[in-house]
Amino acid sequence: MSGSCGRIPPPFPDNEDQEAESDTRVLDSDEDDDDEGEDIFTGARSNPITPTSAPDEGDIFSEEGSYIRSDVHHATNGLHPDEEELDLFTEATVELTLTNTTSQGRREIIGPTASACNTTQVPNSILKPSIVTKTTEELEEEESGDQFELNIAVTNPEKIGDGMNAYMSYKVSTQTTLPMFLNKTFSVRRRFSDFLGLYEKISAKHSLLGCIIPPPPQKSVVGMTKVKVGKEDSSSAEFVEKRRAALERYLQRVVAHPSLLQDPDVREFLERDELPRAVNTQTLSGPGLLKMINRASDAVNKMTIKMNESDNWFESKLQEVENEEQLLRRLHAAVDSLVNHRKELCSNTAVFSKSVAMLGSVEENSALSRALSQLAEVEDKMEQLHQQQAFSDFFILAELLADYIRLLGAVRCCFEQRMKVWQRLQEAQSTLQKKREAEAKLLWANKPEKLQQAKDDINEVKLSTANDKHNTWESKVSQYERDFERVTCTVRKEVLRFEKEKARDFKQHIVKYLESLLHTQHRLVKCWEAFLPEAKAIA
Amino acid sequence: LLQVRTADSPHPRFDLNNDASLVIDIPDALCERDKVKFTVHTKTTLSSFQKPEYSVQRQHEDFIWLHDTIVETEEYAGLIIPPAPPKPDFEGPREKMHKLGEGESSMTKEEYAKMKQELEKTVQVHEVFLQRLSSHPMFRKDRNFQIFLEYDQDLTVRRKNAKEMFGGFFKNMVKSADEVLISGVKEVDEFFEQEKNFLLDYSSKIKDATAKAEKMTRSHKNVADDYNHISGALNNTAADNNTAFKKHLEKCAEVFEKLRKVEDRMASDQELKLTELLRYYTRDIQAAKDLLYRRARALADYENSNKALDKARLKGKDVAQAEENQKQCLQKFDKLSESGKKELTSFKARRVVAFRKNLIEMTELEIKHAKVRRLKCYVYHYMFIRQCSGILI
Repeated sequence: MSGSCGRIPPPFPDNEDQEAESDTRVLDSDEDDDDEGEDIFTGARSNPITPTSAPDEGDIFSEEGSYIRSDVHHATNGLHPDEEELDLFTEATVELTLTNTTSQGRREIIGPTASACNTTQVPNSILKPSIVTKTTEELEEEESGDQFELNIAVTNPEKIGDGMNAYMSYKVSTQTTLPMFLNKTFSVRRRFSDFLGLYEKISAKHSLLGCIIPPPPQKSVVGMTKVKVGKEDSSSAEFVEKRRAALERYLQRVVAHPSLLQDPDVREFLERDELPRAVNTQTLSGPGLLKMINRASDAVNKMTIKMNESDNWFESKLQEVENEEQLLRRLHAAVDSLVNHRKELCSNTAVFSKSVAMLGSVEENSALSRALSQLAEVEDKMEQLHQQQAFSDFFILAELLADYIRLLGAVRCCFEQRMKVWQRLQEAQSTLQKKREAEAKLLWANKPEKLQQAKDDINEVKLSTANDKHNTWESKVSQYERDFERVTCTVRKEVLRFEKEKARDFKQHIVKYLESLLHTQHRLVKCWEAFLPEAKAIA
Repeated sequence: LLQVRTADSPHPRFDLNNDASLVIDIPDALCERDKVKFTVHTKTTLSSFQKPEYSVQRQHEDFIWLHDTIVETEEYAGLIIPPAPPKPDFEGPREKMHKLGEGESSMTKEEYAKMKQELEKTVQVHEVFLQRLSSHPMFRKDRNFQIFLEYDQDLTVRRKNAKEMFGGFFKNMVKSADEVLISGVKEVDEFFEQEKNFLLDYSSKIKDATAKAEKMTRSHKNVADDYNHISGALNNTAADNNTAFKKHLEKCAEVFEKLRKVEDRMASDQELKLTELLRYYTRDIQAAKDLLYRRARALADYENSNKALDKARLKGKDVAQAEENQKQCLQKFDKLSESGKKELTSFKARRVVAFRKNLIEMTELEIKHAKVRRLKCYVYHYMFIRQCSGILI
C-alpha cells in the first residue's frame, strides 16, 4: 500500500541531519505548502529552505532567528495600560533573536534591535540590552526588504452591558505589511465567543487535512460570572488579564501557521468590523474539547494494522506526544505550586510589613521608630516584587505549560484525522477487493450479463446514477490513497514544525523568565541600598 | 558528627565584648548525635580568675543552669537578667544525624547546610548570653559565672545539685507576671508607669512581628523547594525526550536547581539577621518585664507589710517585728526601683544600639547577597542562551 509522498520515510528523526533533509523534501512535495517555509509572522526565513546548509554542532531548527512574539507584561499589575497603537506593538513584539550559527559557522552579533526594544516598556532590559544575534541570511533579507510583518495584540478589555448578559469585549489590533490585508494598521473589537467561533471554522476546514489547530482558551463559568456580576476585585481583574493574554497567544499561534494565515476566515476575523455572532460554541468549552481529544487517542489506539515503515514513525511519535503531555502536566503542577507559594509569600510579606510598622509606631526612640517604619516600607516594596515575580511565574511559565498541554492534545487530534482517512481508505480498499472477488466468481460461473455489471462496477466506466460523484470504487480508492498521502505528509510536516516551534517557544520563555528574575534581584539591590542610610541614621 | 567553626561563619554576630578585661567567645561547636558541645573560650585580665585564658566544653543545659542560678539570686532582683538561650532545635536534621551515626543513610548537601545554619544560629545566641553577662558590672563578678568559664570538668554534677536546691521556684511565679503588672498595684512612679505601658505594648508587637517574620521565611523556603520540584520534573521530561528539546530541558533543569539556592539564600538571610534580632528582643523584653514584675511583687509585699504593721499596732502585738519587716520591704522595694530604673534606661539605649547595628549589618548583607544573586541571574540568563545555541556546552 502506498502511503508515502513518493519518498523514503526517514528513520526516526533524532538525528538532526536527517530531520533537516526530511523536512526539506516534505516541503518540496507538499501540495498545500504555498509559503515555502517562510514564517511570515516573524518575517524570518526558517532554515528548511536552505537544503544545502550543513547542520553544524547546534540544532539548526531551534537556532534560527526568532522573535519573541508574545508579550509578557512586566509592568506593575499586569493590566494592560491604554496606549497608542504604536506602543502596543513595541510591547507585543520584543525582538530578541537568539543564537545562530550560519551555514558557514559565522555569527553576527549586533546591538539591541532598533525597533522593538523599548527600554521604558520592557523593564527587564534595565541592566543590559538583550544579546542579539542574527544569521547573515537574515541580515541580508532585512536589507532587501523582503520581510513581511504581522503583529497582533489583544488589549483594552471592556465590559459591555450589565448583569448576566454582560460580556467582555477585547480590542484586536493588527499591524502588518502583508499585501493581502486592506490596511497596514487596523483594529476591531471581538468577544470571547468570536474567538471560539473562529476556532470552529478553522477546525472544520483544516483539521481534516491533518493540520495542528491551536486550541482556543478555555471557557470559565466561574471566572466570567464574577466579572459579570461586577465584582471589582483583584481576582476578577486577574481573570480578565489571564484571558486577554490567552486570547492574544491564541491569535499569535493561529497566524504563525502558514496555512491558517491564508484562510479567509482568519482575515475576516482580524479585519471585519462586525462579525456575525458565533453560536453553538458550547461544544468548544474546555471539557468538551478535552472529551474530543481523548476520543481521538482512543481511536488511534484501536488502530492495529500497520501500513508500512512510515507508520513506525507515527506510532512512536504519537507515543512520544502522549508521554510528553503527561510529563508536562506534572511540570505544570510543580509550577502551579510555585505560583501559589509565591502568592503566599506575597501576602505574608505584606502582613509582616504591617507588623513592623506597628512596632515602629510603639518604639520610643524616634530615630529607631523612623527606621522601623522605613523597614516596613522596604518590606512593602518586597511584597510588590514578589507580586511581580508571581506574575512572571504564572504568565511566563505556567501559562506556557498549560498552552502546550492543550496543544499536545491538538497534535493528538491531528493524528486521529490521519487515522480516520486511513480507515476510510481501508474500507474502500476492502470493498473494492470484495467486488473484485465477486467479479472473479462471476467469471468462473460464466454469467456474462452479471459479469459485465461487475466489471462496470469496478472500472472507471461511468454508471448512470446521478448522485454518485466518485463513480467507481477504483476511483474512490485512488482518491482516498491520494488523500491519505497528503494527510500523512501534512501531519508529518506539522509535527516537525510544531516541535521546532515548541523548542523555540520554551527557550524564549525561559530566557524571559530569567530576565524577570534578574530584574527582581536588581530592584532588590536598589531597595536595600535605599534603606541603608536610614539604618545608619539611627542614633 | 558535625562541626562548625564559627570564625568561618559568613554571618557577622552580635559582639558585646566592650571590655578587654573579660572577653568571651564560642569559636566552635560540635554536633554529636543529639547533643551540641560548645567550646567556650575566655580571655581575661581580671585577678579573680586563676588563669588568663580558658577553653572549656559546655552543653546547652549548662547555660540554663547558669541562667537559673542567676535568676534565683536575690541580689540580682533589680537587674534585667539576660534571657536564656533557646534550646538548639535540630528536630528534623537530628533524626538524620541519628541515622548517620548508625550508618543508615547519608545527608544531602542541603540537609548538611541546613544543619550548619542551625548550628551557627544557636552558637550566636549562646555566645550573646555569655557576653551580656560579661559586659555587666554585676554579673561578670558572679561566682557561678566564673565557675562556668573556668571549671575544666563536666558541670553535670553541679547542675543536679542546683536543681535540688531551687526547684525552679521563681520560674513558676514568672508565668503570671503579666497579670500582676496589668491588674496589680497602683503605680506611684511615673517612670515605671510609662515603662510598664511601653513594655506591655512593645512586647505584644514584637512577638507578633517575630511570628510574622517566621511565617514569611517559611513561605520563602516553600518557594525555594518548588524550584527543586520543577527542576526534577524538567529532568523527568528531558529523560523521556529524544529531540533537541531535551537539551533545553536539561539546561533549564540545571538553572532551576541553581535558582532554588538563590531563593533559599534570600530566605535565610532575612531570617538570620532580622528574624533572629526580633526573636532575641522578644526574649529580652520579657526579661525587662520580669524585672518590673519583681518590683511589682516587692511593692505588693511592702504594701502588705504596711497593712500588717497597722494591724500589729492595733493589736499591740509584735509591733517591732512588723516594723522591721516593713523597713526591709521598703528597702528592698527602693533598691529594686533604683536599680530597675538604671537597668531599664540602659536597656533602652542598648536596644537602640543593637537594632541599629543589626539593621545595618542585615542591610549590608542583603545588598551584598542581592548583588551576587543579580550577577548569578545575569550569568544564568546569558549561559542559558549560549548553551542552547550550542555556542557553549
